[in-house]
Amino acid sequence: MAVTEIDSSAETSGTTKAASADNRPRRKTKIFDHVVLWLGVLLMMGPIIVAFTTSTFDHVTIHREGMQFGWGGEFVETYKNVLYQEGGFTGEVTGLLMTQNSLILGLGFAIGKIVVSMLAAYAIVYFRFPLATFSFWVIFTTLLLPLEVRILPSYEVVQQLGMLNTYSGLIIPLIASATGTFFFRQFFKSVPNELMEAARIDGAGPVQFFWDILVPLSKTMMAAIFIIMFVVGWNQYLWPTLMTTEEGYFTLVRGIRNIMQQMIGADIPEYNEALAMAMLAMLPPALVIIIFQRMFIKGLVEQEK
Amino acid sequence: MTTLRIRNAIKQYPNGAQAVKGVSVDVEDGELVVFVGPSGCGKSTLLRMVAGLEEVTDGEIELNGRVVNNLEPADRNIAMVFQNYALYPHMSVRKNLAYGLKNRGTPSDEIDRKVEEAGALLQISEFLDRKPSQLSGGQRQRVAMGRAIVRNPAIFLFDEPLSNLDAKLRNQMRLEIKKLQRRLDTAAIYVTHDQVEAMTLADRIVVLNNGMVEQIGTPTEVYSRPATTFVASFIGAPPMNLIPGELSKGQLHIGAHSMPMNSAHAGPVTFGFRPERAHMNGAASGLAVEIGVIEELGAHRLIHGRVGDHEVTVAQDAELPPPDGRMMLAFNEQDTHLFDPDTGARV
Repeated sequence: MAVTEIDSSAETSGTTKAASADNRPRRKTKIFDHVVLWLGVLLMMGPIIVAFTTSTFDHVTIHREGMQFGWGGEFVETYKNVLYQEGGFTGEVTGLLMTQNSLILGLGFAIGKIVVSMLAAYAIVYFRFPLATFSFWVIFTTLLLPLEVRILPSYEVVQQLGMLNTYSGLIIPLIASATGTFFFRQFFKSVPNELMEAARIDGAGPVQFFWDILVPLSKTMMAAIFIIMFVVGWNQYLWPTLMTTEEGYFTLVRGIRNIMQQMIGADIPEYNEALAMAMLAMLPPALVIIIFQRMFIKGLVEQEK
Repeated sequence: MTTLRIRNAIKQYPNGAQAVKGVSVDVEDGELVVFVGPSGCGKSTLLRMVAGLEEVTDGEIELNGRVVNNLEPADRNIAMVFQNYALYPHMSVRKNLAYGLKNRGTPSDEIDRKVEEAGALLQISEFLDRKPSQLSGGQRQRVAMGRAIVRNPAIFLFDEPLSNLDAKLRNQMRLEIKKLQRRLDTAAIYVTHDQVEAMTLADRIVVLNNGMVEQIGTPTEVYSRPATTFVASFIGAPPMNLIPGELSKGQLHIGAHSMPMNSAHAGPVTFGFRPERAHMNGAASGLAVEIGVIEELGAHRLIHGRVGDHEVTVAQDAELPPPDGRMMLAFNEQDTHLFDPDTGARV
């Protein structure tokens, strides 16, 4: 009896059964997926949220009770202080000024890198000159020589050029980029050669071809590299610390440390302000990524050709 | 008058390989010349030498009476249509058409007029403000031709322009290219590996093989009087049948069979005949073919068989009854071809 029942039901509702059986494990994995995702979100966002909530308390509370999870009510006061209060040794540097310095460094770093590496890649891919491949690999090997390795000679050069405590001294020594050159080289190589030939027949010279054809085609690629490089530039710490001694050139990232350090002594460190500054320092890179996110992914996965 | 004269053009790459080994071709005014040959025969290289995209190692390229060997492509008064169209993907169709004129410093009202004209001529007026990615293959092909037309070149260069299209569209565009070229009455070189395209489009065909010219002639000449065995087997589908034989005293001997041949030549030859130019006579005499496979193609059928050790193919009208077992072939005098077995040249 039981056997026939199973048989008949398998016959009549075989398809629906298979479908629902298919569905159940899929829903299970869906829930599992979301649990994993939420864990990831918690892990990544947790510290930031705690840092933010803590920054709304006053520093005495933080010193006494540690990190806070609630809303401290000191939000406006703290952030106003961080942005506008003149601090530092000379008492002339504000959070706003440091934000501005960071922006100059981040933008100069990213734009400079894009310009230099695009031009280098253009030369390597489209012009036949002696040792072209060799020079590419020389550029490429500079990946093995990050700033930290060559910091003394770099400092020496910048110092001798009289570029200490200038924006150009902060930015220019950093803008040569092997990674950028490599990315653009790969991209240019994937642009069909016929485009260049068509442009030649259309009477476009090397500069025109670069400007009229290659630059517009590279837009998404440029956006992707801009995001990466802006964040890297914004987060520079070691190089600005060496290059600039005047507080008027301090960046946000350095400012955080400054707040913590200057208060050490009899006073309680202004934990809340340091945390608030960290929040501020995180904001622009996050905004850049949110705004350019779509172009970023487009630049990495597809090319408009 | 002659638009283009290629004199003994040689292309040698730095590694010593020769892609074009001394080719001379003339293109007359308003003439459409097709370069045809298998891949790697140097036809595209030759075209690119005319365009100025490849340097000429030796020889001369003369366009409208002016040697252009050392001129930039833009200064040669040529226009080229590429296989993959090579449209600028970020520019609208209008800008694609106008780009070359703009670079030449043409006044903008003249550019507008020419672009509109070309758009109307090619029926792409309604797409002028779209990007190439929003167009179909055939439309892109038209835009690529439009880009060539607006420049009023002395000669059009087509580099396998139809090979990215599907078969139906290819036939249609082929006809349009021919019409357009007739209407503009401008000389053109058309490179293809497709012998059907070559036969249908060309005023004259240049058959290239291995960097050298095998034959230059009208489609009819190339088809009915191939200069070499290469041309004989390359032009025509299915290709010409080639069978080794022996010629002596006006008689051609193939195996046991012999037939009279009006030729003073003597010694070993390669005998050729076109599949569609053989008669099957019911008589007992003729070239005996052992029948193998028969392919029905609707309008006609292809009969594959053997003469001795050699495969031959014969085409037959499908209305005739299919032969069986063995058939006897006879030929008209003008449909037989004799080639030197060593050099492949016609005798």
